[in-house]
Amino acid sequence: MTPHSNVLFRFAAPQAFYGLAGRLWPWVAALATVFGVWGLWTGMFVAPIDFQQGQAYRIIFVHVPASWMSMIIYLAMAFWAVLGLTFNTRLSGMMNRALAPTGAMFAFLSLWTGALWGKPMWGAWWVWDARLTSELILFFLYLGFMGLTASIDDPRRSDKAGGLLALVGAINVPIIYFSVRWWNTLHQGASVTVTQGSSMAQTMLWAMLLMALSFWLYAIAIALYRIRTLILEREKHTQWVNAELRPEGAS
Amino acid sequence: MIWNSAGEFWAMGGYGLYVWGSFGVTFLLMGGEVILAGRRHRQICESLQMQAMTRDAVQDSAQDWQA
Repeated sequence: MTPHSNVLFRFAAPQAFYGLAGRLWPWVAALATVFGVWGLWTGMFVAPIDFQQGQAYRIIFVHVPASWMSMIIYLAMAFWAVLGLTFNTRLSGMMNRALAPTGAMFAFLSLWTGALWGKPMWGAWWVWDARLTSELILFFLYLGFMGLTASIDDPRRSDKAGGLLALVGAINVPIIYFSVRWWNTLHQGASVTVTQGSSMAQTMLWAMLLMALSFWLYAIAIALYRIRTLILEREKHTQWVNAELRPEGAS
Repeated sequence: MIWNSAGEFWAMGGYGLYVWGSFGVTFLLMGGEVILAGRRHRQICESLQMQAMTRDAVQDSAQDWQA
């Protein structure tokens, strides 16, 4: 075994990860705040008005980052599900539980800000368009994951069932992403693509990328924070949790 | 600066409701999530500490009884 994988396996132990997450999350949260303030400043005070959509286009600075995060978090959950189902690592299931509420929130925000953008631009809060419908399904997948894992008492079985749902549901993510190309949708195509670069003005693009980075760091910070709570709950009968929680000075 | 007045900024060219409705709910939910996560962590810590203290007390009294 290489030294690198040793490190990975060391932190796969809940006790080691509890400490690591506790040291990491404040820094990640601070970075998320810095990039968030920078992104908001650029988006609201530097980026010019859009020649087609007027000021309404500024919704993009929360809509696109929230939508990206809703998909990225689900892919992250599918990744942990694979690890959990193949190596039987305890941390994977807890990681997915820590991620799911944030993913659900971002999926909801994607739909919410999309509705508020759709109304003035298309004249409708909602249409049964491929992009919108598949994002709605993603939101339901998150809710399904949370409901399913909460309804099974045995943690191992609960993790396994949740992992399967995360894995099977991941097929929906490429469907969301490519929906604007595969079908004729009312939703506009991608403004930023890997192959063609961006069709947006420089400052607009910068603001959007800064906000996306901020949301990404936020998701990491809150997941690191939440997994510590989950680890304590799960490991409450162990020596180290007892030692960790013992009030200062007590024997 | 791209805005001439604060009023112009809040009006967002007539799209104020949509723009602020989007940003407002986004930050409300993210802030709410942070508060809920913090509260949940403190609750768990307190309840686990309480359980540990109860366990210690039970053990102590058992030892007293044996002695």
